[in-house]
Amino acid sequence: MEMTGAEITIRCLQEEGVEYLFGYPGGAVLHIYDAIFQQDKVKHILVRHEQAAVHAADGYARSSDKVGVALVTSGPGLTNAVTGIATAYMDSIPMVVISGQVPTYAIGEDAFQEVDAVGITRPCVKHNFLVKDVKDIASTIKKAFYLAKSGRPGPVLVDIPKDVSAHKTEFVYPATVNIRSYHPKGKGDSQQIRQAAQMLLEAKRPMIYAGGGVVLSGAATQLTELVKLLGFPCTNTLMGLGGYPANDKQFVGMLGMHGTYEANMAMQHCDVLVAIGARFDDRVIGNVEHFAQVPRKIIHIDIDPSSIAKRVKVDVPIVGDLKLVLDEMLTVLRSSRQKPDAIEMGVWWKQIEEWRVIGGGLRYKNSSEIIKPQFVIETLHKLTFGDAFVTSDVGQHQMWAAQYYKFNHPRRWINSGGLGTMGFGLPAAMGVQLKHPGETVACVTGEGSIQMNIQELSTCKQYHLPIKVLSLNNGYLGMVRQWQEFFHGNRFSESYMDALPDFVKVAEAYGHIGMRIDNPADVEPAIIEALSRKNDLVFMDFRTDPTENVFPMVPGGKGLSEVVLSEDL
Amino acid sequence: MRHIISLLMENEAGALSRVAGLFSARGYNIESLTVAPTEDATLSRMTIVTSGSDAVIEQINKQLNKLIDVVSVMDLSEGEHIERELMLVKLRAEGEAREELKRLTDIFRGRILDVSDHTYTIELTGARVKLDSFIDAIGRDLILETVRTGASGIGRGNRILSL
Ligand SMILES: Cc1cc2nc3c(=O)[nH]c(=O)nc-3n(C[C@H](O)[C@H](O)[C@H](O)COP(=O)(O)OP(=O)(O)OC[C@H]3O[C@@H](n4cnc5c(N)ncnc54)[C@H](O)[C@@H]3O)c2cc1C
Ligand SMILES: Cc1ncc(C[n+]2csc(CCOP(=O)(O)OP(=O)(O)O)c2C)c(N)n1
Ligand SMILES: [Mg+2]
Repeated sequence: MEMTGAEITIRCLQEEGVEYLFGYPGGAVLHIYDAIFQQDKVKHILVRHEQAAVHAADGYARSSDKVGVALVTSGPGLTNAVTGIATAYMDSIPMVVISGQVPTYAIGEDAFQEVDAVGITRPCVKHNFLVKDVKDIASTIKKAFYLAKSGRPGPVLVDIPKDVSAHKTEFVYPATVNIRSYHPKGKGDSQQIRQAAQMLLEAKRPMIYAGGGVVLSGAATQLTELVKLLGFPCTNTLMGLGGYPANDKQFVGMLGMHGTYEANMAMQHCDVLVAIGARFDDRVIGNVEHFAQVPRKIIHIDIDPSSIAKRVKVDVPIVGDLKLVLDEMLTVLRSSRQKPDAIEMGVWWKQIEEWRVIGGGLRYKNSSEIIKPQFVIETLHKLTFGDAFVTSDVGQHQMWAAQYYKFNHPRRWINSGGLGTMGFGLPAAMGVQLKHPGETVACVTGEGSIQMNIQELSTCKQYHLPIKVLSLNNGYLGMVRQWQEFFHGNRFSESYMDALPDFVKVAEAYGHIGMRIDNPADVEPAIIEALSRKNDLVFMDFRTDPTENVFPMVPGGKGLSEVVLSEDL
Repeated sequence: MRHIISLLMENEAGALSRVAGLFSARGYNIESLTVAPTEDATLSRMTIVTSGSDAVIEQINKQLNKLIDVVSVMDLSEGEHIERELMLVKLRAEGEAREELKRLTDIFRGRILDVSDHTYTIELTGARVKLDSFIDAIGRDLILETVRTGASGIGRGNRILSL
């Protein structure tokens, strides 16, 4: 039977097992919306802004191991989606975005709502397609899902002109994909793995540095086994949190700009470093020259060769999927008669403990007068037993959530690390809540960030998403204010937002529950109350200390050991 | 250092802009870039002349390989290879100079393709240095127009870039 391109598009999504399609209609996708209307397998979630559609699909993907899917119209629909696509790209999130395009015969004529979608998104997608013939829709969507999910994941855009979605053809969904130019590596090179294992066994001051790749690959179990087997210290990047249990004593905390003193010092002074699905970001190792001053051997495991030796020289590169590489490495290590040198390990751990003492751990001075943002996160952690899904926006609140909500499982911490997109938190939480109905989903945000996608409170109402929004309202674009305090002589240029709305009323206007919390003593009761409202979205407007800063901090461009510790204590 | 990178890519709309976009987005140098379909109409062969430190060249190779439309990549300058570029150059050729220009063209194994009262149009093929030295030998004063294709390259002997 012949089907229209639009019907084929939706059939393909059904074949891929897509549960939710996050989208927003418009002229160029009307045929596709018509096809959506005539089926009920793929549920469409109508957001209030296309950026939110993409972030919601992203949150859905991050909290599961599935591909997120979004649908937007041509022109402004697509341009609104770009921030979301770039966000997913920077953090390697598997996603398929379908956009409408003006009819093929109008392309290039500056037609109404025409933009060069493939051109605009080219630098921020793993790959993109313009489908010019209805016969190519099915095979293209098949390829899109395969590309999004395999190898180093990423967003893939499929741009479908309006006439193509109206044309008819037979529907055949290909069973397999073969892209002759694309062969992501699975297994790592055995020789290199053996060499790496040997290097680890001979290390005197080893360090395991694990990133978002562990979460993406589903290799948290393997990582934990490796760390336990060797008895080495382990740190996570912001993207890797939950990849190793934060409550374990071999965990030295997050590293990087706002990482713990001990993690950064161990990173700087180790003699053998193994990077596992982590890409030596500038927010992680700071100044590259400073990092290179201390000689150390580096083993780098990553599925993307271009992540290896990009910013630092690597001694043993291993290209492959972490799960398979770590499995093989574990086998090699278990069968080796050699064990890490116990005496050297004792000395190294003693050194790390000393750093722990000097750094003083993550700490802040609590107050009975004013709410400290860290206290809110600690309380949330306590009341949710560290088991909630936590999404966040971008700023100081994001760092406090990362530091104080100790994640023990992967895919629980959902944040925009690479692009640092304010406005990510709430729509991402929608995707997470849809994927995990009945679970606690907390969105930690700031009064600045939340206003970048606050309209999604309306979507949350429509689909009954009982997200718990914790807004750490410090009255400032706090992260900007902090940099201005440290590096721009306290000149708080445009980091103060006058005329904030009454967030309680805003929440109520959207049909939700709003709470304003001014007193430290009310923090715990408020969160208890919010959590008890299983079916309601509760917006908690915590009035927090406007002067609080995030510590420790390695100032931009500085080396890892040039850290600024908290001044309070 | 100067590198000649050769690649095979899908002969599809947009493939060229993916490569060109990669170079500009990541701030890599392009000295020249040439592209044309091969004997297999589904494939295009591209030659890019670039320069950079070893680390940059390594990244360029990896980033090119990462592009989905790119089928295979080879850094020709890592081994024995042949480099050729075609140049068409139009010269002011008047009076006495005509004889001398013809002689120089012969020395460089060029060919005069077109002659008018006042001009010669010469075709010259070779590696970049040869074309450069021809221009130096003629002197810029006499040159009215030059068109260069940019380098194309191929490995020697068994060095073959294929699917
Ligand atoms: C305000 C702010 C402050 C920040 N401060 C910090 C900070 O203090 N510390 C910090 O760590 N970050 C911080 N970041 C985040 C930082 O910008 C980077 O996003 C982050 O450090 C990158 O994490 P990653 O190295 O784990 O890489 P990711 O971006 O998570 O990349 C994952 C890597 O794993 C690889 N990979 C993917 N799948 C697989 C697989 N199956 N097998 C093998 N490899 C795979 C990929 O190729 C990639 O190289 C901050 C961000 C913001 C917005
Ligand atoms: C879309 C976007 N614009 C600008 C920035 C730069 N920026 C980073 S943090 C920040 C302040 C965020 O303020 P708020 O949400 O109140 O969080 P706080 O730092 O106060 O916790 C800004 C403006 C950004 N990350 N994203
Ligand atoms: Mg704020």
